[in-house]
Order: sequence, then structure tokens, then C-alpha cells
Amino acid sequence: MSEPNLHNHNSSESFPFSNKVPKGPIGNKWEQHKGKINLVSPANKRNIDIIVVGTGLAGASASATLAELGYNVKAFCFQDSPRRAHSIAAQGGINASKNYQGDGDSNYRLFYDTIKGGDYRSREANVYRLAEVSANIIDQCVAQGVPFARDYGGLLDNRSFGGVLVSRTFYAKGQTGQQLLLGAYSALNRQINRGKVNMYTRHEMMDLVVVDGKARGIIARNLVNGNIERHGAHAVVIASGGYGNVFYLSTNAMGSNVTASWKIYKKGAFFANPCFTQIHPTCIPVSGEHQSKLTLMSESLRNDGRIWVPKHKKDVEKIRNRELKPTEIAEEDRDYYLERRYPAFGNLVPRDVASRAAKERCDAGYGVNKTGQAVYLDFASAIIRYGKEKAISTGQDPNNTTLIDKLGKQVIKAKYGNLFQMYEKIVDENPYETPMQIFPAVHYTMGGVWVDYNLMTTIPGCFAIGEANFSDHGANRLGASALMQGLADGYFVLPYTIGDYLANDIKTGKIDVNMKAFEDAEKKVKEFISNISSNQSGNPVDYYHKKLGQIMWNKCGMSRNEQDLKKAIEEIKILKKDFYKNVYVPGESGGYNEELAKAGRVADFLELGELFAIDALERKESCGGHFREEYQTKEGEALRNDEDYTFVSCWEFMGDGKTPKLNKEQLKFESIELKSRSYK
Amino acid sequence: MDLSLKIWRQKNKNEKGSMQDYSIKNIEPDMSFLEMLDVLNQQLISGGEEPVAFDHDCREGICGSCSLVINGAPHGPHKSTTTCQLHMRKFKSGDTIYIEPFRGSAFPIIKDLIVDRSSFDRIQQAGGYVSVNTSGNTVDANATPIPKPNADEAFKSAACIGCGACVAACKNSSAMLFVGAKVSQYAQLPQGKVERTERVKNMVVQMDKEGFGNCTNTGACEAHCPKEISLDNIVKLNREYLNSKIK
Repeated sequence: MSEPNLHNHNSSESFPFSNKVPKGPIGNKWEQHKGKINLVSPANKRNIDIIVVGTGLAGASASATLAELGYNVKAFCFQDSPRRAHSIAAQGGINASKNYQGDGDSNYRLFYDTIKGGDYRSREANVYRLAEVSANIIDQCVAQGVPFARDYGGLLDNRSFGGVLVSRTFYAKGQTGQQLLLGAYSALNRQINRGKVNMYTRHEMMDLVVVDGKARGIIARNLVNGNIERHGAHAVVIASGGYGNVFYLSTNAMGSNVTASWKIYKKGAFFANPCFTQIHPTCIPVSGEHQSKLTLMSESLRNDGRIWVPKHKKDVEKIRNRELKPTEIAEEDRDYYLERRYPAFGNLVPRDVASRAAKERCDAGYGVNKTGQAVYLDFASAIIRYGKEKAISTGQDPNNTTLIDKLGKQVIKAKYGNLFQMYEKIVDENPYETPMQIFPAVHYTMGGVWVDYNLMTTIPGCFAIGEANFSDHGANRLGASALMQGLADGYFVLPYTIGDYLANDIKTGKIDVNMKAFEDAEKKVKEFISNISSNQSGNPVDYYHKKLGQIMWNKCGMSRNEQDLKKAIEEIKILKKDFYKNVYVPGESGGYNEELAKAGRVADFLELGELFAIDALERKESCGGHFREEYQTKEGEALRNDEDYTFVSCWEFMGDGKTPKLNKEQLKFESIELKSRSYK
Repeated sequence: MDLSLKIWRQKNKNEKGSMQDYSIKNIEPDMSFLEMLDVLNQQLISGGEEPVAFDHDCREGICGSCSLVINGAPHGPHKSTTTCQLHMRKFKSGDTIYIEPFRGSAFPIIKDLIVDRSSFDRIQQAGGYVSVNTSGNTVDANATPIPKPNADEAFKSAACIGCGACVAACKNSSAMLFVGAKVSQYAQLPQGKVERTERVKNMVVQMDKEGFGNCTNTGACEAHCPKEISLDNIVKLNREYLNSKIK
């Protein structure tokens, strides 16, 4: 293993890297930067190889665009096809500042909403750029044949998402992620067909290879035959998504993992704000011990669904004992707590606020299912509203309740049909007739690998894009912004900024995978595999993953405190020791072996979990998704500490078993005034 | 509930496979089918045996990873349901459940219930795209209005998850529903019409090369499609193909 980057600096206050944010007014930064950065000529691009790990929205769009520009791309995914990356499951939509609705939207407003939604913990310049390129994403996707929802005039339709007061979300029913990913997949396929992308499916990145301080390739494991492969390149792009599965139960796919990000952390890349995790307010509640994953119900449902619990404990009891149906509770006996607490934004407050409010009601004893961990999401009033509208616009009787009910349900079905169907399959209740039961669940991780304005990590030549990086969402991401960021990074940012680095690499020539750094990295991977599969009996990998998940959810979840976080750190350490001693991985390493793949991922989650807790402990304030019980207002709202914590926590790996070092990138707010967030 | 399972086990592509018997107890009705297999696998691992290999990822019916022929039906007995969305409440205690991989000569078995569906990717690579640069320098998204019915129809075709149930259901192992869905999506959109002739030719050539069979109109693909992709897509595929030959 080559040495991680060593940086000489005395004070933790001085950040050892430049974030490369260009000077000048916020609106000119990106344009000027593009005009000044180095480019690689078309002839030289042909001699440059780039590895992209992950084929979700960020990875697929980056691979396609880099190949189109002329670079040779090697793309990797652990799934059997690039089309299966978990971006496919994103439901609600994608934001863009098109202002097609003429409701006052602009780049600045999208920028402002995102900074405010992120509770002032993201980097202004990156977020402004995101807003600037957002409109182009929609143009691009339409040109690719992505079938967005349209109105009767044939133009694109919009809906609203949480934390904003405009309608800027483009969508394709509740399957927007699927349609956007298939668009990026089609662009990727076009380049595979041209021979410009070599696609490696069912491959897992096992380590990054660093030569003379620069990222020069990866070690990958072929998941079908178990072979350990060396792949060289002039740059490595990590687009492997977030780490929500550290909680075991999350809305992530079963295979979603932190391994690629974690391996580069251990090779010198800073890991930023690991404790910034999004707990999504509207997911289907846990049904029992057997639960393997959680299913999201799109935030778009909060456009039309109203969230409530009973006002009186006696009704709660009856509901839990199934003596009363939610539809039998009178309007005045319901507590629409979001509308009550946040009249301006109502049911469309940001996700962190909505999740905490649900937890508050459930902790107070008003949860509606047998576990007490659920609230209602009710469409009854939307059905009536839409039914009346439809009756009037089609010249029918708006006072005929049966007709209105029928028409209203048709409208709801057209908007959210697949979500309702999904709900019914899982819960076995008809959400057209009775309110949905929902509860918050881990969904997205704002934290991730630290990157500069060029999206490069602290390892030269190693980049991180999409959910894998930390840059745009601060302490809380707004709905429909993940798809926007993934595609912005992949289509419109990285393909240009990567040239700034590669321009110095045009004479390097092919990367030789016989170099010692490759040999060493491969040897280490093989040792890990033989160690982890050496036990002949013991506990299955899932045993450890579930235990880790419980620690994370109970002590590092929706609300955190010093005592629990300290306990979590100790418990994870003990669990990690036990894992290496007693984990049992059956089967052979020379063939398809899912348990072995899982063991590698859980090993990394165990280490990340500890860093997560350390980060949460260190950040002595509440902001966005990070709620420290010690720091709250009298009304129970998050209490930020701008004086001491307006920085990105950038963790530096100092060696196994050693305390990681905290570096602080101070955040400067030049275009937006720092103030406390209010949605009231 | 207690169940008897008969599951196809096959070590790898080259070795012969066979059905093996397993029994499993205390399965809860709220479990998904794959969670039931998770329980079985934990039981097997605890007994020192290798778990049953199966493909799965999102477990919410959209990624297209999960497969399985359950009691003779791809994705099991329930309409418009992927295996990961099938719940055990649809079975009863004492049932015997047969679990096999998606079979088809263009879907070779990798291990147990996992098959290689990369032939689907290669068909898409042959022409399943619009040749537009990803530079962002295209026209404004609202420059070309698209009639809502066309956009909605294109969306319905585009909802295919590429799982391969259509192939597994078809006695000819035909992939025409899968190919038809992509061809029709683009044929209904102005952006896709430009390359329609080349696209359909190239995709059909690749489809044949992969060894998928022909359509004989039994409609099994549509009946077993978890996303309700309509047989009309095959009609449209044939029409597009014929047009490409006439031109």
C-alpha cells in the first residue's frame, strides 16, 4: 500500500487543501472557471483512460459524456447491468429552475432554497453551479427521449416538493429515477456500442491504487468467477452512491454500499460530514423482525396527502386495538400536526423537519399502528378536491358525492398509481379507501467524500460525484435534488473539470498494472478475502449488519446525544472485533459468493459507523438531519451554532485503530445571509 | 406458516443442476418472498451449508434484478407483481413451492437461481438510444410540444424493467416484448423518430444473434410481465421492422 497523503499543518483551523472556488460574483464563477481551466485536446483524449465506479445517474452520465468527449472509459458496477443502479428507484422527480410555471422561480431561488434547506452547511459556489446547470438537464433528457409527464397542451408538467414555494419538479409518474437512469443508460449504451466504454458488470471495486500520490487505477473483484483484477487509468471517478445501509434498514438497495468511498478514504481522501444523514419522513413502517429493507413512499405524495395522528389518546388506543378505523375519526379529533406547527409550508416542510415532527408525535404516544411507530398520510380531501375540479371541467355535477369520489380517485391514480399499488402490495391495505401508514426511514446521505470545486478528492486524480460526494446538500437535502445533482455532476460538471487535472497527464502513456503499487494493493485484497473466509463456523454476515444497524438507529438516528454517541462508538468497536473473530462466510472465494461480497461491505460499514458516531459527537450543534438533543430551541427546533460550526468536518484517516484527524473547511456565505431556518 | 420448498441448485454454468428439497418453519405472512428465502439462507448458513444464490437488489419492484420462476410462473402467481413484491400472505401453511431460475438459451445459468441476462444489455447497445450528444446544447425542453397521449404511451412502454420474465414465460424464449417496448417508446416521440429505421433493424439483428426465439402470439409475455407491458408493443415492433424493410 502506498503512503496516504501527508500534510504538514499545525492548527486544525487551517485547511490543508484549496477548495478551488473561483473568485468573482457567484453568478459568474462557473462561466469564468470553464473559460480558464485547462483542456485536453481531442487527439490527446484518445490516449487517456478513465475508470468510473458505479453506473447510477452520476456514473452512467459521466461515463457516457467522458466517452463522447473522446476519453477511454472503463465503467464498473456490482449489479448484473448498469441499468439496475439504485437511482432507478427514485420516485418523485427532478428539480430545475426552468420557471415554466411562471411562479417566480430562478437560478437564485433554487440556489437559495437548497442552501436554506441544507441548513447553511453546504458550499455556496457548488450549489449555485448546480442551480445554473439544472435547466439544461431537462433539455438534455427530453432530447434523449425521456418521457416526462406532460399537460394537455403537450408541454412539460411540474409538481411541488418540500421546502420550497414554487413548482419546479419535473416527473414521470412515480418513476422519475427509472426514466432518467434509462436515459443515461441509453447514452452509455451508445458509447459502449462505439467501443468507447468498456463495461464491467458484476464487478466490485476492492481498492484504489495510488502511485506517486496520484490515483492510477483500482483492484476489482469479478463477482462471477471471483478473480481479482488490476485496472489502470489516468483518473478514477467514484460514483458509487451513499452509505445509508450502515443502518441495515434503509430505502437503499440491498447491495448499496460504502466500500469504494471507504477505500479511497483509507488511501488519503477526506471523508466529509459523515453524520449528515437524511431520514425520509414517508416510508412504509417496519412490519417485523424479518424486515430486509424499507420502502419509500415518494415525497410527491405530500403535495396531496395530509399527515395526521389522532388528537386524543383514547382514539389512539382504539385504533391500535382495531376497534376504530381512521376514517371514523372526525375531522375535529385529528391533529394535522405539520399544518398546525408550520402553517406557511404545512405538509411540505423539508424532510428533516417532517421526520422529527413524526417522531415527536410518536414519542408522545400518538403513533397509530401496533408498534406505535406510524402516522397517517391521508388522501381523502385531495380526492374530493380533484373530483370536484374534474366534475366541473367536464360539465358534470360537482355535488354528486359518488361521482366526485370516483373522479377524484381517477386523478389520484393517474398521478401516483404505481406508488399506491406498491403500498397495497406491501401493507395489504387499500390507500384509496383508508389513509396510508408511514414512518421515517434512512434514505440518503448528504455526507460523503470531500471534493473541491472541480469535484476532485484530496487524492490527485481521484474524483467523487453524485451522492458519493458531500458537496451540495449541506445537512439536509431537498426532495427531487438528488437526481438533479447526479446528472449535473455527470453530464455537465465533471467532464469539464476533469480536464483541468488530465491536461498534465497527456504524456504519461498507458498505466502499467505491473507496478508495485498494483501488486501490493492486490496482495492486500487477497489477504483480506482469505482472512474473512477462514472461519469454518460462526455468525452469518447479516447478524453483524443487523447489530450495527440497531446501534446506528438507536444511538445515531433521528435524535442524538453525547452519552449515546459515546456508547455507540464503544459498542461498534466491540462488534467489529467480534466480526473479525467470529464471522462465518460459507462457500468458495473462487466463484459467485454473495456472502463474501456482503462480508467485505459490512467490514467497511463497521468502520464507517464508528467515524459517523465520532463526527456526530464532535458536532455540538443541531442542523438539518443532525439533531443533538442538547441543542434545541424551546419549541424543539434544531439550534444551530454558526459561530463555532460553520464548517465542513473533513476526516483524515491516520491508520487502523488510530483516531482520525478532523480538518475544517470553513464555509463562507457571501451571497446568502446566515440566518436561522424557519418554515412557520 | 410451515412450507416445503423445492429449489433448483446448480454450482456453476458448467455443472449439472437439480431440484433440492428444503423445509422451513414459522414464516410470517407479512414477509416478502425474498425475505422468506433470506430466512432459509440464514438457516442454511447456520447449518454450515451454502446459501441459495438469487439476484435481488432494490426489493421494491423497479430495478429488475429479481427473477425466479415460482410454481411454474415467472415472478410467481400474481399479476403485475415482481418476486420481491410478492408476499407470503399469498401462500398457506403446508404449501409446497417450486422455485426455479428464468430459463432460456440466451439466459445461461451462473449459479443456482441466477442467470446471465447480459444479452438484454447487448440488444440495447445495438440501438436502444437516441444519438444525441450529452453536451446540454440541445433545444429548450418545451420547444417541441408532444401530445399527452403520445407521451403517456411512450411512458407506458418505457416502464419495462428489463427483468426477462417475458422470455422466461415464452415457450419460444422470445424477447420481442422487451425489444418492442424500447422500439415503441422511441417511435412515439419526435426525438426518437429520426433513427427509427436503423434502430429497429439493429436491435432485431442483435436479438436474433443472441438466440432469442420468435413470437407466436401466445401472449404469455404480457400475462407474466410485472409492469403490464402490453402486447401492442410487439405489434408496433413488427410494424417498425416491416417499414424499415420497405424503405
